[in-house]
Amino acid sequence: MTSDVPEAAKPRRAPRPRREITTAYVVTRIAVLAVTAAILVYAVPPLVAARAWIALAVLVAVTAAIVCLYLTRRLIPAKYLVPGTVLLIAFQLFPILYTVSTAFTNFGDGHRGDKQSAVTAIETGSVRQAPGSPEYTLTAALRGDELVFLLVDPETRRVQTGSGEGLAPLEGARLGVTGKVLAAPGLTVLTAPQAAARGAEIAALAVPTAGGLIKANGLSRAVEGRAALDYDPACDCVRGDGDTWTADEARGYFLNARGEHLAQGWQVGVGLDNFARVLTNPTISGYFAGVFGWNVVFALASVVTTFGLGMGVALALHHPRMRGTRFYRIALILPYAMPSFAMLLVWRDLFNRDFGLVNQSLGLTVDWMGEPVTARFAVILVNLWLGFPYMFLVTTGALQAIPRELTEAASIDGASPWHAFRRVTLPLLLVALTPLLISSFAFNFNNFNAIQLTSEGGPFPAENPQVGATDLLITYTFRLAFGTGGAQFGFAAAISVFIFAIVALISVVTFRRTRRQEEVYA
Amino acid sequence: MRNRTLGTAALATLTLAVTACGGGSPAPSAAPTGSATAPTAAPADKGGGQLVIWADPNRVKALKPFADQFGAENGVTVEVKEISKDNQQTFLTASQQGSGPDVMVGAHDWIGNLVQNGAIDPVNLTEQQKAAFPEIALKAVTFDGQVYAAPYAVENIALIRNTELAPDAPATLEDMVAKGKELKEAGKVKEILCLPVAQKGDAFHVYPIFAAGGGSLFGTTPAGDPDPKKVLLGSAESVKAFGRLKELGEKGDGALKTSITNENYVATFAGGRCAFLVSGPWAMGDVKKGGISYDITPVPSFKDGKPATPFVGVQSFFVAAKGRNKTLAQEFVANYVTNKDVAKALYDADPRPPALTAALQEVQAADADAGKFMDAGKDGFPMPAIPEMQAVWEPFGIAEAAVVKGGDAAKAAEAAQKTIDGSLKN
Repeated sequence: MTSDVPEAAKPRRAPRPRREITTAYVVTRIAVLAVTAAILVYAVPPLVAARAWIALAVLVAVTAAIVCLYLTRRLIPAKYLVPGTVLLIAFQLFPILYTVSTAFTNFGDGHRGDKQSAVTAIETGSVRQAPGSPEYTLTAALRGDELVFLLVDPETRRVQTGSGEGLAPLEGARLGVTGKVLAAPGLTVLTAPQAAARGAEIAALAVPTAGGLIKANGLSRAVEGRAALDYDPACDCVRGDGDTWTADEARGYFLNARGEHLAQGWQVGVGLDNFARVLTNPTISGYFAGVFGWNVVFALASVVTTFGLGMGVALALHHPRMRGTRFYRIALILPYAMPSFAMLLVWRDLFNRDFGLVNQSLGLTVDWMGEPVTARFAVILVNLWLGFPYMFLVTTGALQAIPRELTEAASIDGASPWHAFRRVTLPLLLVALTPLLISSFAFNFNNFNAIQLTSEGGPFPAENPQVGATDLLITYTFRLAFGTGGAQFGFAAAISVFIFAIVALISVVTFRRTRRQEEVYA
Repeated sequence: MRNRTLGTAALATLTLAVTACGGGSPAPSAAPTGSATAPTAAPADKGGGQLVIWADPNRVKALKPFADQFGAENGVTVEVKEISKDNQQTFLTASQQGSGPDVMVGAHDWIGNLVQNGAIDPVNLTEQQKAAFPEIALKAVTFDGQVYAAPYAVENIALIRNTELAPDAPATLEDMVAKGKELKEAGKVKEILCLPVAQKGDAFHVYPIFAAGGGSLFGTTPAGDPDPKKVLLGSAESVKAFGRLKELGEKGDGALKTSITNENYVATFAGGRCAFLVSGPWAMGDVKKGGISYDITPVPSFKDGKPATPFVGVQSFFVAAKGRNKTLAQEFVANYVTNKDVAKALYDADPRPPALTAALQEVQAADADAGKFMDAGKDGFPMPAIPEMQAVWEPFGIAEAAVVKGGDAAKAAEAAQKTIDGSLKN
């Protein structure tokens, strides 16, 4: 690589048609290729072990593509576009597609895995110890190459060998104090580490008996058990305990004649069920308008108050006669620098009626988070405190870009400071800041933390524990999807799709209107 | 030229990668055939020699030495990994993806959800092992007739009182409230009772009083388990119990208040600003730091009430169904952690009363609190492990907060019942 330096340092004698090769360029290229190679080296062994051939092929193809891309001198635009596109796919497109596809399934607690693992779980979970059977002390041993169990009945101290064929008595074994076999004729007794290394084989060995199967229970005990429930592929059902549960592929459960299901289910596609549930659920449809209304108010109020305060402070500090601006600026962005997660919890406690600083310092006894009006006021206030430093920062930046001559010219023309601000500064600011205000609206529309960590959606009226006065769509649907029946990812995904549609619609409309406004002022 | 160098380098790396994977793939199980005399055959076997345990931060340190000892005895490496947030969901998600642990440490009321997701296997304890645990601990880890975990600590809430302010243990809730009011009027305390309610209610802490008032959550199945088909929050008895909570609430005695939360209730008691605290062993660290003299007794009932049964939680070890090394995990859970020394070390790390009777007796000799908590939970109600319980906590809590603030008991109970039935599709 050292050979690059003199070449790069050489004065350009003749115009070269190609891009000049600098040290930085080579270093970057090597770095990209090194990372690619490293990912390949890192990911191949597990993929091979898992026999994921398709994934392996994709990985090799992608690596080859990247290598081609950065080793040739052509395809210059692609060199820049490809990383961006890959990141876009990985962090934007894939999550959206995954969410949408999840919305069509019943993925959630009780329906996480596939049918095969549900069947396995049902059968393993139903294994009961055969009544009256001894609790064998287990020693693993080898008969030639074959793994066998040496089973000692702790009461009679009788020793038997257990193999895939069944039980057979064993004479002449020497037992230790714990009941484990120390030595046996014709067999190689495995030590604990040797047995541990063969864990998978030990787990797989089942010794058939009249009453069921003897299986290892750890490394030192074995139990004779019988699965009470059995899956029969012929009827696609589970039998046992005097009942039959038939697979219902629409619900992902085994159901019996009375409509009861076994606990373990599997993931199935449910079509539009989740969307239908969002639309027909009386709790959602009945309260949607109210929650949506407050949601819009909250997002709007958050944007307007934070922008108002942030801009006001920025204007004050922008004034030429202002002194100590650096100090003020540092003090003002402090709330922005602190972790909002912790700050929200602190604010919640500040609003406590009997112990909170707000009431104590003002001499009030207001139950801030306990009454709808005060709770709404409080969450907007907290959000203002958290949000205004951001607005202050961006407004400060935008103000620097507006030439002072413009306001000076306005004042020479006889405009009052208010008029100069209203007619000159504000419109110019808005041209720069409106996209940020819209994104701030979209952010606050889904500002889960600001509600969940302060009021948790409450206060709730006595007659309805599902919809609180400060609930946003996101907190309220979070409660429906995760609060009541375990995690229901499919349902939650369907709700996300709806909220995404709402926010996208609002943003599109506002951006359209902004463009018109920009045309006026630009 | 440079291009070619780079290309060769990349090709070399590729080749290396390919050979590396080629070397790693052959099935290792065939290797040490019959060579039982070779003592070090084991650790080279990949996947056969590692046990992964997940626990919350409090317990990782205490488990480490025992995990290492287990590892040394069995010639395996044991990794204890700290999981600090959303342990149950993290475990479920990781298990599903095949990156979960072999052994999980958690509370017994996860069992229903873990079972319906096929995430844990039953644990087979011998009759002798079972006899070493109190009945309530075993009952808690039994689900659908199967034992699904090895218990190691039993915890429940009790009434902790400041013996300087209130020398005598109150016989009834009425006595306690009267004493609290008297102290408050005399200006000795600020609050009558430190029991967290908060704006969204706290079902766990209020349950003994709710039960004392005659309320209940579920009916029982013939097998004696809570029956999710019979939600009883809206029953006449439960409405009455909610009525008692209302009388104790902000518009009544003022003993239950939404301003008392999980953040301030222990500190208020430890600072001597209230005479009675309803909490569990986890609060004792702060209480001791406060330097007050205290005693621990069961939560009393109303004069004419039912027993004030607290929820009992049992901390347990689970065997992951999708773990890589189930034999070792079974060995660790069923045959190793059920021993007294492990239980005591865990107690020293985080003072929750051990589940093993023998360990509890030893701990009790040094620290009377553990035994007193255990006594208070003797007739307790193991937190229902059925997955349907998840649908109960929040509506129950909100109904509690609503009546504490003076809302109508019948309306609140009915709304909670309706919500729970709705989400359980009863």
